[in-house]
Amino acid sequence: MTVVSTTKDPQALTLTVVADLAAPPSRVWQVWADPRQLERWWGPPTWPATFVDHDLTVGGRATYYMTGPDGEKAHGWWRFVTVDEPRLIEFEDGFADETGAPNDDLPRTRARVDLTPTDGDRTRMTITSTFASAEQMEQLVAMGMVEGITGAVGQIDAILAEG
Amino acid sequence: MVVDRAIDERADLVFGALADATRRDIVARVLAAEASVSELARKYAMSFAAVQKHVVVLERAGLVTKERRGREQLVRGDVETVRATVRLLEQYEDIWRGRVDRIDAILRTEGEPR
Repeated sequence: MTVVSTTKDPQALTLTVVADLAAPPSRVWQVWADPRQLERWWGPPTWPATFVDHDLTVGGRATYYMTGPDGEKAHGWWRFVTVDEPRLIEFEDGFADETGAPNDDLPRTRARVDLTPTDGDRTRMTITSTFASAEQMEQLVAMGMVEGITGAVGQIDAILAEG
Repeated sequence: MVVDRAIDERADLVFGALADATRRDIVARVLAAEASVSELARKYAMSFAAVQKHVVVLERAGLVTKERRGREQLVRGDVETVRATVRLLEQYEDIWRGRVDRIDAILRTEGEPR
């Protein structure tokens, strides 16, 4: 089981996902730090992500878009709040217009990624998402569903086949 | 939108209602045990009318039901609607499960970053 536990707190509007990964933190850091690797997992297979900018420094931004099955694009941005390699990344995640400029009418979340080394050169990755309001959470869920939350299995197979 | 339109509108009401801390607290209380509006008003530093207004918002969202008993209005939590809220968080959880699975696949197929 990759995902070890999840905790939903409807009062505090947080979702915590804990995963056990078969690589040390220095390697797991790369899937966040290298935009080419990020592109392989941030979006679901039906809505792959393309990172245009990715400046993993405190105050730095990432801009990306996701491309849907009919070629439609959904733009997003991150702003890095804390960067402590290879332990911690905190960032805001929001939507953008087609030029990559942040769209403040749409919800933003704050994500915290903790990487802790565990026995056998493994990593415990804890992701905590905090929603600004319940309303925003609903909006995000609706949008996440548009982007498609299924098909992960097919994508894993494809990566495996690629070797 | 993949989300059914009717469910979507309903969710707007529910989340609008839950966006306020006092209303979330009222829901938590009346899920545990029914309470009258005047009992609730005593728990918060606000007027009967203000609490009454919060209850109306919650009632419209289907999170609580109100029943008149004598001179009292009893408020009760609707477990089903609260469950639906948790289900929305579960959908967000699915998004992250998908991402974690894909990270796992990348780590397993490549020993080191290219």
